Amino acid sequence: MTSGDAIASSPRPASHVPRPDATASSIRFDHVSKQFRGNQPPAVDDVSLEIEPGEFVVLLGPSGCGKTTLLKMVNRLYEPTGGQILIDGRPVSGMSTTTLRRGIGYVIQQTGLFPHMRVADNVAVVPKLLGWGRGQIRERVDELLDLVGLPAQEYRRRYPAQLSGGQQQRVGLARALAANPTTLLMDEPFGALDAITRSRLQAELRQIHNRLGQTVLFVTHDIEEAVRLADRIVIMRGGNVVQFDTPLQIVMHPADEFVSDLVGAGDVLRRLSLVPVMAAAQPLEGTLPEHPVIAASADLRTALALLLEERADRLTVIDDDGHPVGTLDLSAIETAGIAPVPEEQDAARW
Amino acid sequence: MVMFDYLIEHRDRVWELTVEHLQLTLLAVGFALPVAIVLALLIVRFKPLNLPVLGTLGVVYTIPSLAAFAFLIPVVGIGRQPALIVLASYAQLFLVRNIATGLRGVDPAVLEAARGMGMAPWQIALRVQFPLALPVIIAGIRIALVTTISLATIAAWINAGGLGELLFNGITRNNQSMIWAGTLAVTALALLADQVMRLLERMTAVSRARRAVG
Repeated sequence: MTSGDAIASSPRPASHVPRPDATASSIRFDHVSKQFRGNQPPAVDDVSLEIEPGEFVVLLGPSGCGKTTLLKMVNRLYEPTGGQILIDGRPVSGMSTTTLRRGIGYVIQQTGLFPHMRVADNVAVVPKLLGWGRGQIRERVDELLDLVGLPAQEYRRRYPAQLSGGQQQRVGLARALAANPTTLLMDEPFGALDAITRSRLQAELRQIHNRLGQTVLFVTHDIEEAVRLADRIVIMRGGNVVQFDTPLQIVMHPADEFVSDLVGAGDVLRRLSLVPVMAAAQPLEGTLPEHPVIAASADLRTALALLLEERADRLTVIDDDGHPVGTLDLSAIETAGIAPVPEEQDAARW
Repeated sequence: MVMFDYLIEHRDRVWELTVEHLQLTLLAVGFALPVAIVLALLIVRFKPLNLPVLGTLGVVYTIPSLAAFAFLIPVVGIGRQPALIVLASYAQLFLVRNIATGLRGVDPAVLEAARGMGMAPWQIALRVQFPLALPVIIAGIRIALVTTISLATIAAWINAGGLGELLFNGITRNNQSMIWAGTLAVTALALLADQVMRLLERMTAVSRARRAVG
């Protein structure tokens, strides 16, 4: 067994386990194709995918690869020209578009907030469509604004134009979550934001997902974003799925050169950022001198940075409760980071 | 002073004609508006119709109003009815153009979000498209009202009533004071309509949101 396999077999945090406070849908793409009129090659070509309830799946690929088209067929903004999409085993083509869409959260890059409505009214759109009571809506709006980090007291009565880009997208997320959807579709939601805002929102989105547990389909062309967010990544090119796997597997075992180039599989730091500390840690032996500590759930890139910063030769790995569970040194990080990669040019670097 | 003589001495008559004039204007624009909404929706939905429709309305607008009234006499006779037809036709240009511009100005991303959230087409139209287009639509109605108030004076020539009577009678009788009374009343009416519509513009949700941003 290669070290790559060993690492791969260590599970990511199992965020796709359904949470008790929300239900999540399974999504199945069954030989789905989309041929736009007058456009010779199909935008999406015979795609079949099974997405587990509660999974965070990122659709990744260059522009024109069909990722957005695939996404928009789920809520029927586009209709497939072949195959079908099933949510919880039910074909979406059999549901009324309004019912279907009210049960699916939808977030787009340009936010699409209604500029003539206050933040609270924007968030309340779907609950209103569903005929919720006024008190219930008000309560839900406040709860959601707090969830996305916009204190309701302060932001409820503002207009979208009074918010920064990042705040607008937070409202967009709150609006999409308003009616407890079991699925969330996100089309490059952070694409227009500056780097700092983007990474902050990514972290918060991941937290929110851990808490609520909806199934998420997230379109991006940003590999860093994909790796940071995804349980599994769908890599697309020319309307086809090239690879569908965990970020770690994709970086460690890219299906072909296209994937390898796209995800930068040769980038050792990227690979380290995908391996949890626990996967490379050595067991505790006897009593140890004081080492800097690192959480078992952190990644090896963070661990490496810590080693270098602290000029330490070893880190103590601690669990969530702060108990030491192992140690980590540079050679362990090295072993984990230099997993075999099929491409020759990568091998040559080592 | 000759300017105000008739206006003061015959204020009941002037008031009566002003009300008549306003009625004529409101009826004309009132009839024109639903037609204009349909036409605007058509040219927004079917782009190839844009040029022919707006072109035709533009041509209609260039026909001298006196000639338009004259042409209609053999068809519908004289009185209010032909006046309303002509005035409503002239109002079409501003109404259709502004309604279409307003609807087209709505951010496509906003419409996509509305669709993606499961709003039905009529809900999108009523709660998103028209509210967002409203300031531009109201501006169109404002221009239509002001032009119709001005054009409606000519309608007196075919016995449609209104303040135009003072002008035509004043000219035939060479009564300067009467002409002044008609002119002042028409101008006041036009200014009033303009101000009322500007006020309505400011009351729309879009304007309120804009003011909030400051």
